[in-house]
Amino acid sequence: MTTAAELLAGIPELAGVEPVTRVTIPARLEYTYSPGSAQTRFLTALPDKRLLAERCPRCTRVYVPPRGACPTCGIAATEQLELPHTGTVTTFCIVNIAAKGLDVEVPYCYAYVLLDGANVGLHARIGDTPYADVRIGQRVEAVWNEQRLGPSLASISHFRPTGEPDADPESYRRWM
Amino acid sequence: MSGTDHLDAPTGLRDVAVVAFAQSSHTRRTDQLSEVELLMPVLHDVLKQTGLTANRIGFTCSGSSDYLAGRAFSFTMALDGVGAWPPISESHVEMDGAWALYEAWVKLQTGEADTALVYSYGKSSPGSVRDVLTRQLDPYTLAPLWPDSVALAALQARALIDAGHTDERRLAETAVRSRRAATANPHAQLRGSADVEELLRQPYEVEPLRRHDCPPISDGAAAVILAAGDSARALHVNPAWIRGIDHRIEAHQPGVRDLTESPSTRLAATAAGAFDAPFDAAELHAPFTAQEIVLRRALDLGDGVPVNPSGGPLAANPVMAAGLIRIGEAAALIHRGEARRVLAHATSGPCLQQNLVAVLEGAAGTEGGAR
Repeated sequence: MTTAAELLAGIPELAGVEPVTRVTIPARLEYTYSPGSAQTRFLTALPDKRLLAERCPRCTRVYVPPRGACPTCGIAATEQLELPHTGTVTTFCIVNIAAKGLDVEVPYCYAYVLLDGANVGLHARIGDTPYADVRIGQRVEAVWNEQRLGPSLASISHFRPTGEPDADPESYRRWM
Repeated sequence: MSGTDHLDAPTGLRDVAVVAFAQSSHTRRTDQLSEVELLMPVLHDVLKQTGLTANRIGFTCSGSSDYLAGRAFSFTMALDGVGAWPPISESHVEMDGAWALYEAWVKLQTGEADTALVYSYGKSSPGSVRDVLTRQLDPYTLAPLWPDSVALAALQARALIDAGHTDERRLAETAVRSRRAATANPHAQLRGSADVEELLRQPYEVEPLRRHDCPPISDGAAAVILAAGDSARALHVNPAWIRGIDHRIEAHQPGVRDLTESPSTRLAATAAGAFDAPFDAAELHAPFTAQEIVLRRALDLGDGVPVNPSGGPLAANPVMAAGLIRIGEAAALIHRGEARRVLAHATSGPCLQQNLVAVLEGAAGTEGGAR
């Protein structure tokens, strides 16, 4: 690899000049992010252990977290509804590499949980079970983080198996 | 004009027109709305005007900035308001929506699409837009000084005054004219103005600019539908044909430019055919009063041509949408039969660094003064 000094050596005017190899220019911009009406409703219900969703009036899909719009139809998802704390694992993976800044011990199980009545998977961790037993179709329920209940998905610690028989694949096949 | 259905024979370009325009009511803050919640009603409005649905649009192109939103890939969630299913042909520019419109115009010229949805939005309220805009400057020598957008515009205004092209009174007159024109625009943020004498008694914001010389800080969105040839005629009884469109950029470093001139505007206007015939009105993207003086000179617009009958960016300035709104407002004048030939201009970068000029025309026989 060519060094900065070698690059400068080709320029007679800069012969012998100490090359600048690094500049540090701190910049900081601060934002007050506004999640909007739909996500605000969802977030503010989490401390009460309530999972609010929206249904699209055209295609009837139920979205959680709600975003105020049906991304398939491009119209406002106007119908509000509350979902239960139970669902079905539709896909999962085992994470063995710790993400920077994430306060979770590896390995952990990361999954899509299709809450009962929803048509889009909620991102969640699976716990309280050997990872070798986690499987698609497994029934799970939310474990709330009693110490950290707040307007954030961190209010849900993880999902754990309910022990029920696995869900009928037809119940989640279209929403994987 | 012998009609609206001719191809431009020397260049072989397709006839492309603006057939619908919609915008939000621009406000200082929209804390209660996410970007998609701000944008979606505007998309529905513009689609409803044509009877089209998103899946019948040939090409969709948008403009926005992650620096304004403070989030990476913020435009991807705005797509939720379009309804990208079945998957649509789509593109995005990290620029004002006027440049998204240019990309859509090129797409229609290729013949790959006959209709295009163009939209843009900007929420300046989450951050400090004066600071955010410093990030577009040279990161090594200029951005570390944090010269904000008002300070850079003040350098330009000072140079203009020193060159004898304007004075503080004329700048105030520009502000009064723009904001009083905006009283007829229900979407504008600042409608009406105190008189010139009162404005000149106010303190400087960044000398020689006073508050009235600066645009309001706005959250807002806009959308336009373009259509080619017979599709345009089917979608509007009086399409606003884009007779020419071009954009040019100058050097990035403001220090190497003569800020009293806008050669990029002049070149873009020449290429767009702006000097071929007089205009009934012009919509200029001049966020600061002094910049209108620069643009009027570059475009040979005398006092006889109504400039910014909508109120312009001095009345509402949603960053990333304000340029597209100029094209939309110009087209709307033609759609309403209030003008036949209108110039639309959009700008980007500090002190009018980059400029886009579009020439819009209605059918012959619809002449009329701007509102």
